[in-house]
Amino acid sequence: MALDKNIIINVAKNIAPNVDVIEHHGDLTLVVGRDVVTDVLAELKENPATDFNQCVDITAIDWARKTDRFEVVYILYSIPNKTHVRVKTAVREDKPHLPTVTDLWEGANWYEREAYDMYGIIFDGHPDLRRFYMPEDFMDADGEPLYPLRKDFPLAGIPGSLPLPQK
Amino acid sequence: MGLNEQLQRDGFVTTTVESVITWAQKNSLWPMPMGISCCGIEMMAFGGPRSDSARFGSERFSFSPRQADLMIVAGTVTYKMAWVVKKLWDQMPEPKWCIAMGVCTSTGGMFRSYPVVQGIDQFLPVDAYVSGCPPRPEALMKSLLYIQEKVAASKPQLINLGKDAGDVRRSDLIVTP
Ligand code: SF4
Repeated sequence: MALDKNIIINVAKNIAPNVDVIEHHGDLTLVVGRDVVTDVLAELKENPATDFNQCVDITAIDWARKTDRFEVVYILYSIPNKTHVRVKTAVREDKPHLPTVTDLWEGANWYEREAYDMYGIIFDGHPDLRRFYMPEDFMDADGEPLYPLRKDFPLAGIPGSLPLPQK
Repeated sequence: MGLNEQLQRDGFVTTTVESVITWAQKNSLWPMPMGISCCGIEMMAFGGPRSDSARFGSERFSFSPRQADLMIVAGTVTYKMAWVVKKLWDQMPEPKWCIAMGVCTSTGGMFRSYPVVQGIDQFLPVDAYVSGCPPRPEALMKSLLYIQEKVAASKPQLINLGKDAGDVRRSDLIVTP
């Protein structure tokens, strides 16, 4: 039996009273502030009523024109309750920092590295925050690191930013 | 009795060392399978019983680059992977040939995007391009036959240890127990 959505909402409300709840085709999304997001995630995991013991994915969205440019999305699953939930939080462009959740779910390690590699979101306290897919020295001519899934990155890449072996 | 008739009677064939070597090389190309993505599946079909590359002497897929002389690059090559492909290519002994299998390998194909090399001829000398996404095993077979023609027309390098030995002396090559 899937978990009743009111149980999940109440557990989240105990930590963040002004949580935004979005329901779309039966999928529950909780939008919380970036200062409380790790507390909400920890409560959703550790509260025996919800028991979200699996972190399915962590990714980000670049909204380009919004003041809070990035949105980080956590997708959680509760194996005992057979229930999904999505938690979102907005991050500013000039300070793209969030606390890590690797201490809650070990598996978050690579997801956070991927989000860092693709969007430049910095997860403070991550044990090994290196690039994931792209080479370590992926940067433009001025030495600024490049994040390819940001909206201002050209799809076909920047010529010369990635070296090739000599013929 | 002339020499020719005598040789014929004893079952000899006269030829040149060069043509024997190219004949052997052409009919025993050992592919190095660089199956990087989906094209690799069709490359396996090419080696399997239905297409059977063994008919052309190429059934021995060499998973070590040092015993291979034909690299089949089958799949999308990213900028990161390009260094690996090049490293393996450099380990293959001369003479060697290269087939770019599929549109991804030949031109970047549908992946007109930042991580994909837009054609491996930017860093490898390619002998044959195979079109298709993925190409059928028959298309790969065609390119193998093309490489065989190319090998047959090439001139092998012969090392003459007697005259042009350079620094190597004959006594160095004799192993004493
Ligand atoms: S050419 Fe097509 S089948 Fe071959 S690697 Fe590219 S996408 Fe895959």
